[in-house]
Amino acid sequence: MATWKEETQNLAGSDLVLIRGGSGKPLLVLHDELGYTGWMSWNEELAKDRELIIPLQPGFGKSPRQDWMWRHRDLANYYLNVIRELGLEKPDVLGFSAGAYTAAEMAAANPELLGSITLVGPMGIKPDEGEIFDIFACTIKTCLRQTVFNYEAKEFSEIYGGEMSPEQFELFEDARAESARIGWEPYMFNPSLPELLRSAKNAKLPTLLIRGSEDAVVPQDCIRKYHDALPQADIVTIKGTGHRPEIEDSAEFVAAVKHFLA
Amino acid sequence: MQIAHFTERPVRYIDEAPVLQNRAFFGVSNRYIDREKSAHDYNFYLDEACYCEEVGFDAVALNEHHGNPFCSGSVVNIEAAILARITSKAKIVIIGNMLPGVKHPLRIAEELATIDTISRGRLVSGWVRGAGSEQFFNNANPAYNREMFNEAHSFIMDCWTKEGPWRYEGKHFHYRHVNPWVKPYQEMPQQWIPGVLSAETVMWCAEKQYPYLGLGTALGPTCDLWDMYADKSAELGFQAGPENFGYLLPIFCADTDEKAQEIGKGFVFGGGQNAFSRPEHTLPPGYNSKSAIRMLGQQPGGSWLGVSKEKLMAGADDSWDASAYDALKAKLIAGYEKVQDNMQIVVGSPETCAQKIKDILSVIRPGVFTCFAVQGNVSDQDRLRSVELLGKEVLPNVRQFADEIGLFGPFDRTPGSVKLAPGTKREPVVDREALAKLNLP
Repeated sequence: MATWKEETQNLAGSDLVLIRGGSGKPLLVLHDELGYTGWMSWNEELAKDRELIIPLQPGFGKSPRQDWMWRHRDLANYYLNVIRELGLEKPDVLGFSAGAYTAAEMAAANPELLGSITLVGPMGIKPDEGEIFDIFACTIKTCLRQTVFNYEAKEFSEIYGGEMSPEQFELFEDARAESARIGWEPYMFNPSLPELLRSAKNAKLPTLLIRGSEDAVVPQDCIRKYHDALPQADIVTIKGTGHRPEIEDSAEFVAAVKHFLA
Repeated sequence: MQIAHFTERPVRYIDEAPVLQNRAFFGVSNRYIDREKSAHDYNFYLDEACYCEEVGFDAVALNEHHGNPFCSGSVVNIEAAILARITSKAKIVIIGNMLPGVKHPLRIAEELATIDTISRGRLVSGWVRGAGSEQFFNNANPAYNREMFNEAHSFIMDCWTKEGPWRYEGKHFHYRHVNPWVKPYQEMPQQWIPGVLSAETVMWCAEKQYPYLGLGTALGPTCDLWDMYADKSAELGFQAGPENFGYLLPIFCADTDEKAQEIGKGFVFGGGQNAFSRPEHTLPPGYNSKSAIRMLGQQPGGSWLGVSKEKLMAGADDSWDASAYDALKAKLIAGYEKVQDNMQIVVGSPETCAQKIKDILSVIRPGVFTCFAVQGNVSDQDRLRSVELLGKEVLPNVRQFADEIGLFGPFDRTPGSVKLAPGTKREPVVDREALAKLNLP
């Protein structure tokens, strides 16, 4: 196993808890709207030749909430300052779902600071066809049914199969609360984002868009609209997976990311 | 004591099946609206309120909900404004305006001031955060619910007391030109706050010495909450009394116990209050305080993990099994008996109702008592007969009893007017011996 550690640093004006593991060129990983689910096999694989830096989003229980953050755009600019203060040289950014939304906002705000962005099942742009699934208005079971297509995936039961502690429940509710705080309205998209991404388009920021073929959370049209905004983007569809391709078919996922980052 | 009549103004023409199929009132499709029957209901409820005034209720209370047929009152201030004109002496109690859901406190300040002015000072203005489900059906960000509630309330107080024009730049609300050309007729309307056992709300009420109205809450926990309120009041130098507390109780009265029992089943129509909203609409993200979440996390069965493929798929079939209807009905009826045993619903003849109400008043000693009218598809005649029996036979009896045991209402003695010297032990606000005597299950 690659060694990974959890550490707290005072960055961009507040404490931020970071998971760091592996070595190599930095890869900033932004977890999704329900929080960090732990160091999984895909982390391990990517950490073989990259240093993974995973900030635990402010307000998600471990890193303190920042009252001034109203939108994903605020969070994105906070992370850009984190990059500056950590002295990271053009890190690649890998974001999942709402984390991908944040990564896109970072690219829109300052593409020159980044090496590339990989957006997995990205929220952030309103689709013309279909709707981004409302994860706030359902029970966790409905949410999981909607999120995961391949229930046979080994890591699905590793994450969700055990009994839950009160502390985990609290972290989960913290994550939902903070996601609602910054993403409730408009629901998980920024109407300005397609236009704001012009900067990343002009900078020809290398971009990879990944979506599970059976994703029932983020419609295919979100990918089309991201591609309209960022025509330089590569698109990878991982067959037989839903909104969590990194655990539903981690081999395909890792291969796609490694190929892009190579 | 002040005695009020309250109704959710239920949609009375809807069948029970769509509610049961939906497993809750919230979210039942509005395709079931019948325009003609709806017009009858809205007009009837206004007439019913006038009749309440006529037979002796001190106040008529109303609320609002959205996106469901449990309560047809979607814009409470419109109904209250009509009542301001067509009633003449009853207090008009709004329990309450959902500040975070409406998201426009200046407008609410103006609407309420208009109601108070037209009624020449009969408004009692309650405030609510809105149930969890309301956050969804008003697209109100639940993570900011408490913040928006506090800010909107504070802003409205300023609207009612400050001389304009003035400028307001808050966190959630922004008005650069505040100068409402209507202010309450009363110097400051009373504010009664309804709730269902939220400790945070109780503490907020105690700090402001606003009467807290328990909404049909079980008597034991209600006593605990009253004590919490009284302790906080004592800390702030006030002796809380009946004027600080109100209680709302589902009551249906008929000429005989048998008839009342039959019609009173309307309280569990569609599952009643237990079927108000489905779990996914009950706890929206960020709606509960950190301490409330911590308590929830300690409860067994709150887990979202332990999820296997089998467990997941077991809940995936939402189809409606019509054969389950009878079993469901039987379960609801069993629940109806249980809540009566627990004294959270009272149905019966005037004698039965009066005795049970007096038993409850003995325990929790509220200065405001509110009769929550029956739900379900109950006819105009049966509803009005209940109002008549309550007003003419039950209320005089209850009022006399309330006087005997010193239940001052907030219009008899101003909440916060009894001071408590520092270090002085406060008087009890509930009677736990009386509670024990009730031998509740």
